[in-house]
Amino acid sequence: MTANAASLGQGRASKWGLRTVALVYLGLLLILPVIGIFFEAISYGIGTAIDAVTTPEAQHAFFLTIVMCLIAVPLNTIFGVLTALVLVRQKFRGKAFLNALIDLPFAISPVVIGLALLLLYGPRDSWLGEWFFENGIQIIFSPIGMAIATTFVSLPFVVREVEPVLREIGTDQEQAASTLGASGWQTFWRITLPAIRWGVTYGVVLATARALGEFGAVSVVSSNVAGETETVPLFVARQYELLGDHVAGAYSASIVLAILALLTLASMNLIRRRDKVAATPTTIAIAPQVTEPTDEEDPR
Amino acid sequence: MGSTTLALPRPAAYKRPRLGGAYAQRGIVTLWLSVMVLLPIAALITRSFDEGLAEFWDEITRPEAIAALELTLVVSLVIVLINMVMGTLIAWVLIRDEFRGKGILNSIIDLPFALPTIVAGLTLIALYGSNGFLGLDNFVATKLGVITALLFVTLPFVVRAVQPTLLELDRDMEEAAASLGAGPLTTFRRIVLPNLAPAVLAGAALAFARAVGEFGSLILIAKATQEVSSIYIFKQVEGGNITGAAAVSVVLLLVSLVILFGINFIGRRSVKYDR
Repeated sequence: MTANAASLGQGRASKWGLRTVALVYLGLLLILPVIGIFFEAISYGIGTAIDAVTTPEAQHAFFLTIVMCLIAVPLNTIFGVLTALVLVRQKFRGKAFLNALIDLPFAISPVVIGLALLLLYGPRDSWLGEWFFENGIQIIFSPIGMAIATTFVSLPFVVREVEPVLREIGTDQEQAASTLGASGWQTFWRITLPAIRWGVTYGVVLATARALGEFGAVSVVSSNVAGETETVPLFVARQYELLGDHVAGAYSASIVLAILALLTLASMNLIRRRDKVAATPTTIAIAPQVTEPTDEEDPR
Repeated sequence: MGSTTLALPRPAAYKRPRLGGAYAQRGIVTLWLSVMVLLPIAALITRSFDEGLAEFWDEITRPEAIAALELTLVVSLVIVLINMVMGTLIAWVLIRDEFRGKGILNSIIDLPFALPTIVAGLTLIALYGSNGFLGLDNFVATKLGVITALLFVTLPFVVRAVQPTLLELDRDMEEAAASLGAGPLTTFRRIVLPNLAPAVLAGAALAFARAVGEFGSLILIAKATQEVSSIYIFKQVEGGNITGAAAVSVVLLLVSLVILFGINFIGRRSVKYDR
């Protein structure tokens, strides 16, 4: 492309200029802060840092966060694959409406999501919560409500990752299987699921990352009692506000979350290398429908 | 190949592969989305109007509520403009430039999506807070802090929206413009930018929607002086003013929905434009 020196950024000076601006911006906004948090945690001493994340409270927070993921992610995976199948393979009235509903968890503020759940499931003055409360089930200010909030915020990922893959693979193989006598379930397990597995995996990774880190929605529906209704992000916020030595706890728990985020990035990269359709850059940009997969681009 | 190996016993017998029937699937999905998403939102909207339209209006026109909404819109607009410029620039460097470490840089762009928001806020405080390594005196509890946090969490949107479009952009057009005597800036402005515009706008709309609702990364940075709408709503809930919280939530929800439909509109237009 040397002949193209007149294009912006192809000239030597402007190329270096643009590269420098991009690197400085990313360095100051993204890279330095993330490196900084590791140093900040260590600055309290490694012993303090480790002690701070092994207190019973911290351990319970990690336990509860894992439980939240174990509830939200499988639910969103099962219903997500089914939703994607219905949206891609069926035509019916109201489909556009369902489609818009799936985008809502991305479009709404986490605090608003929390409030909406409070108004639906709260123990008083709510649509459903009162009935549950009278029957001895408290949803809001208990882990149940936190699990519902976590499921809500991580709902769209699997659907939105599986949809383009389903569209891409078409129905030829499924039709062949069915013609040869396979039942609906056999076709699903042997043909459809293997074909969409990387899309599902990608969605699961993104949903898990979101479920691990959700703060706003969960903090509205949690009673914020340490050792009972406190996930790791809530633990981080409370420790930070307690000041003193507790700040070390906030930073070291943050490091654990940051490492999980870096692992998420690494697995996203691995999957992207495995399957381009499942993980084109746009699909992660939480940009449903913005760029339909183009027909010309067939990596297979 | 023998021509009789494939006998077709049931020429018209193909049935769509089914899991419990199309209607059952559709029903389950509709029920799932209704219970999970529609019902809570319906409860929220109903509740905000529970005490009448006048009360709703009173709640959203309270000075603090207006101040919060105004601040939210102002900082969101600022970060969207910065994102449109910097996002496009970063996408350009990642696609058109070659240097060592580009692959890692490209994967790091998604970090703000993977990092919990509370950690995002804390990392920025650790670096720029008054005790930080690059400590600034006016970071926590200022607009600068709020804008930085929002830039952090919205970084990937424009970059990831522009990248694929830039990758597919035909360089012949740029070369033609250049050979006809257009300078680099003219080529960029007249050839590249019009082609990228739909993607930039789509990314910007997503960034705006995200910024309007952002909470986790701001809770430690914004403090009392920079009360954006999400923090205002949170405080109203804590203080027991549920109607007020619900009313402002509905306004935020409305803003989000307008943006959401805007995105779909831009998306449909840009897809048409591509073909």
